[in-house]
Amino acid sequence: MQFVADGIVFAAIISLGAIGLSMIYNILRFANFAQGEIVATGAYFSLGFVALFGAGIGSIGPLAFGWPLLVSIGFAMVATSLMVLIVDWLLFRQLRDKSASRITLIMAAFGVSLMGRNLITLIAGGDPINFSFFIPRAVEILPSVRVVPDDIAIVVLAGLSVLALHLYLTRTTMGRWMRATAENPTLARVNGIDTRAVIRWTWIVGASLATLAGALQGHIVELRPEMGFSLLLPMFAALIIGGVGNIYGTLLGALFIGLSQSFAVAIGLSAYREAVSFMLMLAILLVRPQGLLGGRD
Amino acid sequence: MDALSLLSFAAFFLTFASFFSLTCLGLNMQWGFTGLFNVGVVGFFAVGAYTSAILTGPAYPDTLFGGFGLPVPIGYLGAIVTSAIAAFVVGFVTLRLREDFLAISTFGIAVTIQLLALNLQSVTRGPNGLYSLPKPLSGLSESNLVDNLLYLGICVLCIGAVYWAFEQMVRSPWGRVLRAIREDEQAAAALGKNVFAYRLQAFVVGCAVMGLAGALYANFVGFISPQDFLPIVTFQVYVMLIVGGSGNNLGAILGGVVVWALWSGSGAVIAAVLPPDFQTQAAAVRIVLIGLVLALMLLYRPAGILRERHIVSREARMSPQSRPTR
Repeated sequence: MQFVADGIVFAAIISLGAIGLSMIYNILRFANFAQGEIVATGAYFSLGFVALFGAGIGSIGPLAFGWPLLVSIGFAMVATSLMVLIVDWLLFRQLRDKSASRITLIMAAFGVSLMGRNLITLIAGGDPINFSFFIPRAVEILPSVRVVPDDIAIVVLAGLSVLALHLYLTRTTMGRWMRATAENPTLARVNGIDTRAVIRWTWIVGASLATLAGALQGHIVELRPEMGFSLLLPMFAALIIGGVGNIYGTLLGALFIGLSQSFAVAIGLSAYREAVSFMLMLAILLVRPQGLLGGRD
Repeated sequence: MDALSLLSFAAFFLTFASFFSLTCLGLNMQWGFTGLFNVGVVGFFAVGAYTSAILTGPAYPDTLFGGFGLPVPIGYLGAIVTSAIAAFVVGFVTLRLREDFLAISTFGIAVTIQLLALNLQSVTRGPNGLYSLPKPLSGLSESNLVDNLLYLGICVLCIGAVYWAFEQMVRSPWGRVLRAIREDEQAAAALGKNVFAYRLQAFVVGCAVMGLAGALYANFVGFISPQDFLPIVTFQVYVMLIVGGSGNNLGAILGGVVVWALWSGSGAVIAAVLPPDFQTQAAAVRIVLIGLVLALMLLYRPAGILRERHIVSREARMSPQSRPTR
């Protein structure tokens, strides 16, 4: 059952990244191929703030990270959101104003993805970096299931973020506006909803969660310019498997992908784990194109 | 630089550009005429390259399959066949889906093919790649220059043949259906056209041409490894097609040459300016530049250098005077 524990940790990171993908898909109606780079940008901004504050990443109890890292992630969320808003303002907003097709938006995102990855390489170098060198001390939580305390913290952090997102979408005005815009943009506009603000906050929420995903992934593995790009296929798979247009479905899809990838690793297919999530996605598309929980077109 | 080395450089440059132009033509059939967003271009290029390498390459001590040492033209044909088969399988699964699902799926295909090339060591030798691939007609002359010129001739012939065939195809009723599907899929379906079948045909034809381009590349360079087939290639080909003018076959060829010139030119400039320690950064600058080119084209000149020509049927092209009056 070790693979279940590993799979849940991976699923937590995937779901944080895929929520942004799902929200942009719902509101702006295009597959954002640059989502991986938002994750990576968030991770590198976190690293930048950790370096700026010079207090290391701290520790809480058995955890190898503490407030210094969490505060840095907070600052990185703001920085990443600003970055994403600038890109939207420079490129995507203009394409929307020219009522460019969905495919043009995807292609532009593909270009942004490539540029983002290489800008990171340009600024931070292409070699892997770590926040800190910690030696994980695994504890046995169940017979023969061992996890690092940090992994548990990651799952808890992801769970809290998802809960916060749920409350945001259901209890706040902006959250309701987002859901209304996702349902029917024209009707939302007619009812006086400021769709530009909705788009802005969609990017901000998605980028903030992606930053958390990137920083956590960077903490337990390492930071590389391609770290987000290699998460892109699992994130898309989570989106499609869960049902496009359904954020809760995306979470379920992420769990599905996390478990199947760690199962693939467990049976010795670790070199092909990205392909495994992709094959599952294709299978779901063939059998149940609306996804597990069913989405909306 | 004397005239001879200039000629040699030009031949080398144009040969490389022709691999891209040919891939661009294949993509034009899919994206330009049918509106299929294939993000897996490099995957089909790689299938062609590996097929030809396995069919024509020498036997390696550490592979279980391949090294058939067949004549190069058989390698080219094999590449066309395998990439068409791969395209048929992929297209059959994905072409019923909405356009953005197709984009995601083809992206996944390219990643999967890359993983296979990297990990299927007994066929592809993994990261070490396949080497000593034969070049056709190289026995005719001692000179490297003549060699390269002859190969350029083969590439130009291939491009010419594909160009001619594609022009016939897109002017035919078949081509008109493709454009109808691109403009309005539901209207085409309402007219009784089997949208899925037409899409699949355009997808397979385009991918077969990409596979041929991959094979031409493999046998020219003589060495292939998974590093040659990264997602950046797909992106370059899209930039080429958009710069040249999607929906225009001449534009596709032109875009390949123009963007390849920009790409290799900027590489030379950056390499000259930056110290040798910064080669990683140099590569990154180049990619950021090409991304900028794409963004600017999408924003300010989405039609490309050569716009798509409006091809209408003979009847509709009649001048107003000769049109029958009611």
